[in-house]
Amino acid sequence: MRVRFDEQLKQLSSEMTHMGSMIENAIQDAVQAFLTQDIVTAKRIMSDDTLVDQEQKKIENICFQLLIQQQPVARDLRNITAALKMVTDMERIGDQAADISELTVMMADSPYKLKTDNIRKMSAETIMMLLQAVEAFVEKDRSKAEKVIDHDDIVDDLFLKVKNELIDIIRTEPDCGEQAADLLMVSKYLERIGDHATNIAEWVIFSINNEPLS
Amino acid sequence: MDRKDIKIGVNSLNLYYGENHALKDINMKIRPNTVTALIGPSGCGKSTFLKTLNRMNDLIEGVRIEGEVVIDEENIYDPGVDTTLLRKKVGMVFQQPNPFPMSIYDNIAYGPRVHGIHDRHMLDEIVEESLRGAAIFEEVKDRLKKPALSLSGGQQQRICIARALAVRPEILLMDEPTSALDPISTSKIEDLMEDLKKKYTVVVVTHNMQQAVRVSDDTAFFLLGELIEYGRTDKLFSYPQDKRTEDYITGRFG
Repeated sequence: MRVRFDEQLKQLSSEMTHMGSMIENAIQDAVQAFLTQDIVTAKRIMSDDTLVDQEQKKIENICFQLLIQQQPVARDLRNITAALKMVTDMERIGDQAADISELTVMMADSPYKLKTDNIRKMSAETIMMLLQAVEAFVEKDRSKAEKVIDHDDIVDDLFLKVKNELIDIIRTEPDCGEQAADLLMVSKYLERIGDHATNIAEWVIFSINNEPLS
Repeated sequence: MDRKDIKIGVNSLNLYYGENHALKDINMKIRPNTVTALIGPSGCGKSTFLKTLNRMNDLIEGVRIEGEVVIDEENIYDPGVDTTLLRKKVGMVFQQPNPFPMSIYDNIAYGPRVHGIHDRHMLDEIVEESLRGAAIFEEVKDRLKKPALSLSGGQQQRICIARALAVRPEILLMDEPTSALDPISTSKIEDLMEDLKKKYTVVVVTHNMQQAVRVSDDTAFFLLGELIEYGRTDKLFSYPQDKRTEDYITGRFG
């Protein structure tokens, strides 16, 4: 029964895992390049974003093929719908890694006035959220998805801390305003990555829930 | 559920073919002016169940039926129920189009004539109204005297629907009405079902899951003579509650 259908679904899962690890690496490298002011790596991440876009198209095509050929219902339909929605959030995460890299290039001329500990923490938290969200999709693990959603508060708190640190810097060293604004953007992008990971986790719950979500 | 919200009430219905317990304790409340789809693998009892709704199973030897089928507050299995009148009220369309070997006009006029209508003018009206109701009038209006068997399969099936409508039924039973038809004729019949439910209550057996999703308001899933899951179609196909329903509609067995 439905051998080909199950193979196609398996392929969808493995491409989702692949795209997940692409953007996970992108964030990891983008933050590392930011912390070390490494513009070579930052520029590579910016150009590699097209690979993430291509992977998104590939996954969308698999989903369309599944919808046309298999006319899925029930859990299968929710699974494919969720994947279609998730890749949009995953693609946005890729964009944000590229955006961080763009700021890294712009700020490369002078050392940071900010202690970057909290930005480092934010990136560790968001990467973990993303990893868990994609794993939850592949493993159909509801509690993992719920943990991701709960975790978003930690990222939001870290963002506020970074923001307050930057306000202090602007207050005490008005000349550093431009860099502080750029640093705020970096931390905002990380905070948005957390939101996208949360969206992904919510789609995972949609795909495995046995009742319509109200 | 209010009594007026139930067109067909099925209460603890059991059916036996000799020793074989073919329908097991079926309970359903079929809503008026809706399409209800009956789905399930071959031999699950869905066609047998459909035939209990106008007592077509009475004609099969060795069949024993317990329980009630209540249509408009009357149990159709009560002694003294006139099955001819019952089948006027509950019409049926079969898998293979089966027009009589006579003209299109006479096919449609057959039922009304049996029920005593012979006035030419009145029959003309019934024939036109029934053919329109089955969305075939425009295609055949210029050749009503031609043999019905000269039409295409899809047209023949709509003639059979028109023939069922001619005796002004309240309920229309359809047993896989499109399984012998091409996609265009199928789509015409499906559109027609949407129109039919404005005036009639439709119960349809289908092997085509996508058809059940497209045409029906409620779906009943049968397995081995049991009614496993019954409810709103959109809910059943997006959030089935029983694992057996999920396995069947997603093609894991069947």
